[in-house]
Amino acid sequence: MILLTRKADFSAAHFYWNPELSEEENHRIFGKCANRQGHGHNYTLEVTVAGEIDPVSGFVVDLKLLKDILEREVVSIYDHRHLNHEVPEFADTIPTTENIAIAIWRRLDGKIPNAKLHRVRVYETPDLFADYFGVAA
Amino acid sequence: MSTPHAHLSRRYHFSASHRLHVDALTPEQNRETFGKCNNPFGHGHNYVVEVTLSGPVSPITGMVTNLSDLDSFAQREMLELFDHANLNTLEPFLDTVSTTENLCVEVWRIFAAYPHAKLEHVHIEETGNNSFDYSGVS
Repeated sequence: MILLTRKADFSAAHFYWNPELSEEENHRIFGKCANRQGHGHNYTLEVTVAGEIDPVSGFVVDLKLLKDILEREVVSIYDHRHLNHEVPEFADTIPTTENIAIAIWRRLDGKIPNAKLHRVRVYETPDLFADYFGVAA
Repeated sequence: MSTPHAHLSRRYHFSASHRLHVDALTPEQNRETFGKCNNPFGHGHNYVVEVTLSGPVSPITGMVTNLSDLDSFAQREMLELFDHANLNTLEPFLDTVSTTENLCVEVWRIFAAYPHAKLEHVHIEETGNNSFDYSGVS
């Protein structure tokens, strides 16, 4: 088995707000991220898949195909969007880096032929990132 | 559905000086072992510390841990101690050579006490070309 990682970038707006908490609690917990006008980041997504090397092609998975899947399933939906307002999974889930990693995992799981999703890593900034390995981890 | 677990990693930056020197070795042996890192006056680096923590993603906050808690912990427990300091003068390195391997172990000890998430990994970049990793005693 070998691991293969592909990166993709998207830029999006978000804010953190839990409607079940009071205004004060939201501001206390989320600080400046609770500004409801939103703010934005250049996100970097790293998707790692695990599989066996095809003896004919030498690939685990065709990189162009993986790039197209990331584009179709994630980037085309997240890029230059407001995550809270325009991406359905964040209508009732706070788009923290952790939840974005989980949401991207769910979008990609089972969609990559001949390989198993191993890790989804989302960088919100170069100094902050979240990893999700699926439910078994 | 059970609460999903995720890993969260945060990078911190500090600048510090150090000197690699072991009293038990002769001056010659120190020079031979540590080379230019044994320069008696010390030298410095811009260190990057990357800590990885894990835990359930809170259904209330969407977070493994609140970054402001983690940042203030890092500031209080690590950066205030190490930033713009000479590592060799600090308690953990009085009797332990201040290699980045040993710095990893010390940073592990610090963040293992973080109360809101489980420490998984410590990664320290001493320069853009040298980095060290520690995941605790296995």
